[in-house]
Formats: sequence, C-alpha cells, structure tokens
Amino acid sequence: MNRHRILYCHCQYAQVVPPEVKAGVLQALCDSGASFDAVADLCELAARKDPSLARLSSGGCVKIAACYPRAVKGLFHQAGSDLSPDSTEILNMRTEPAGAVVDRLLAPDLQPNLP
Amino acid sequence: MALRDTPTLRILIDASPETEPLPDRYRTLTALLEQGHAVTLASGTQPVSPADTQPTLLLGLWKDTPEFENRPAHWTVQNIHGRSPAQIADLAESHRPAPRNPWKPWFPVIDYDRCTNCMQCLSFCLFGVYGVDGERRIQVQNQDNCKTNCPACSRVCPEAAIMFPKYKAGPINGDTVSAVDLQKEKMKVDISALLGGDVYDMLRLRSEKAKSRFSKERDADKALTERQKCLVKLAEAGDIPAEVLMSLPSPEEIARRAEEAAAKAKAALQPGV
Repeated sequence: MNRHRILYCHCQYAQVVPPEVKAGVLQALCDSGASFDAVADLCELAARKDPSLARLSSGGCVKIAACYPRAVKGLFHQAGSDLSPDSTEILNMRTEPAGAVVDRLLAPDLQPNLP
Repeated sequence: MALRDTPTLRILIDASPETEPLPDRYRTLTALLEQGHAVTLASGTQPVSPADTQPTLLLGLWKDTPEFENRPAHWTVQNIHGRSPAQIADLAESHRPAPRNPWKPWFPVIDYDRCTNCMQCLSFCLFGVYGVDGERRIQVQNQDNCKTNCPACSRVCPEAAIMFPKYKAGPINGDTVSAVDLQKEKMKVDISALLGGDVYDMLRLRSEKAKSRFSKERDADKALTERQKCLVKLAEAGDIPAEVLMSLPSPEEIARRAEEAAAKAKAALQPGV
C-alpha cells in the first residue's frame, strides 16, 4: 500500500495541458484501482480561496499531477494553504508525457520537488 | 477581491472491495470534473484527503445502501446502481449547494521566493489588482480586475516573480526562471525605456499631442490613428492584448490611478509610517 496521496488536476478552463496527456493520466489512474483525489481546476480553487485546498494540502505526503511546480506552489500559497516542501511531489502534465506522469504517481517512493 | 462563494461540492465515490465496481470510472470522473466538482475515489489502496466540513455527496454501488450511524450532517448518501456517467453527473449537479459565481481563469500568482517587494507591479497596474497586506507585503487583492490575457505586470517585474499559470510560455506560466529569461524579461519589460519614458506618461503625451492637433486641425481621425499607433507599439513590446490597451481609461483617469498606485507603493516601502 502506498503511503502517499494522489491529486489530479483536470485543468478544465484552459487548453494549456495537452488533452491527450490529461486523458491518459486520468484513464490510467482509473484503471489502476488506486485511490485518488481529483479537482476540476486548481486555479479555480485558488481563485475562490476554496476550502478544498486546505483539505488537499493537509493529510501527509502527496503527489500532484498538474502543471509547473512553481505555479502549483504559488496557487496553494495564494489561497493560504501552503504545501509542505518535504512531502510534496509535483508532476508536470504540460511538459511530461502521460506515461511518465503515471509512473511517478503510482511509484511507491516520493521525490519531493517543490521549488 | 477574490471570489469567496459556496464551497465546491466534494463527491466521494466508495470504490472499496465491498462495493460493485463502477462500470465506467473514466467517463464518470470526466463528467463530474467537467461540471467543476472535486472528486475523491476511495478504493482503500492508499490515503485520500481527509474529511472536512464541506458539503459531501457519498456515492457507491452498494447492494444495499449502507446506514451510517455517525454520518455528518453535511454528508448525503446516494446509491448509483443503474446510473450512467451522465446520470451520475446530473445527480451530483442536483446536490450542488448553490450556483457558483463565474470566475476568470486569468489572474496573477506571486512567486514569493523571487519577489523582492519592490512594488513595481503595484505601481504599474492600472486596474488595482495589487495591494499590500498588514505587513506591507505585496499581494494580489482584486484578481477579478485583471484583464484577461494581459501579462503586462509580469513583464515589468524585474525578478520574473509574477506568474499567470494559464499563460502559453515560460517563465510567466510558472516554468523555471533562467538567467537568459531574466535578461529577456528585462529587455521586453522595459516598455517605458522602449518608448523613451514612463508608459503612462507616454500615453498621456501622445494623447495630449493628439488633442492639440485635434484642436488645431480638427482632425479627429488623425488623432485617433496616432493613439492607435502608440497602442500597437505598446502591445508588440509587452505582449499586451490590443483590446486591453484600447480599453485603458482616459488620460486623466490614468494619471489619477497611476498617482494613487505610486502613493500606495511609496507608503508600503516607507519604514515605520
């Protein structure tokens, strides 16, 4: 059993994440049988200062499939729900292929990479 | 001001071995996410985000819908036997606590690891997006005022500390900032230098010239062309959408706002005032 949580961002409101990468990652997560959290758009939650971000940033180690680590860190910070640098790994769906993102999400180890 | 309205509905899907498998997980998840919900698929393989006080809709394919003795008041339980992904999405929609206000997926995010609190963004932004907190630290205060697709403030930031996560290219989109980027940003940024002075002064000057010409020549078209030329030049220099520049307030209003922003920035930078 993996000890970390998985959070997937669907980046619903812009075409900045290649659709095939988003679809590939979500499909693989669904097929894997793993537990995970998914949100429509982290930017929207940050814009609304939605309490979901506090829930998503708490609860221990987390791997986040979203976009650039610097942006994800800033979004959580701006919403007042800082991510922990020691227990957060961010996978960038803007630059990485779906397979590489999924491999890291499902890998048992956590490689913290917050800037 | 940031939007603060009804919290997102959390959809918690019980996918534990005690339930029947959800026939089309991917399509169901996609349908729910496209409606803007937050979804947790809990199969028991690993932890998920903890329970909180948000409205939560617990869904599952149970043989018999379970009775939860200590079910929190903000939880609703629904058996989704026989429902298609679209029907599950409709069900979720019917449990949305209230309609949500629209939001703009375009707003600045400050990288505080890079920000030096120089207040250039506050001085530059005419739309009052920036302000300072109780400790005089720059912050995004009125993100709804931000003009869609306009990254001008990140262009003026000398440290490339302002991101727009939905922007097309780095480092504005949050990509790592390299030394080359910083140099490039400096070149692009200094819109004022490109135009030989402060950008707003430049607009004012052009406008005044145009006005003067108008008064002398009564040539409104020429004055307008002159203003448009200036705006096009600005747009090219700073990757600023023309419609943003075209919708700038009047020169008098620009001057007033620029003074106001400069005073705010100055006050924030003065120790002990």
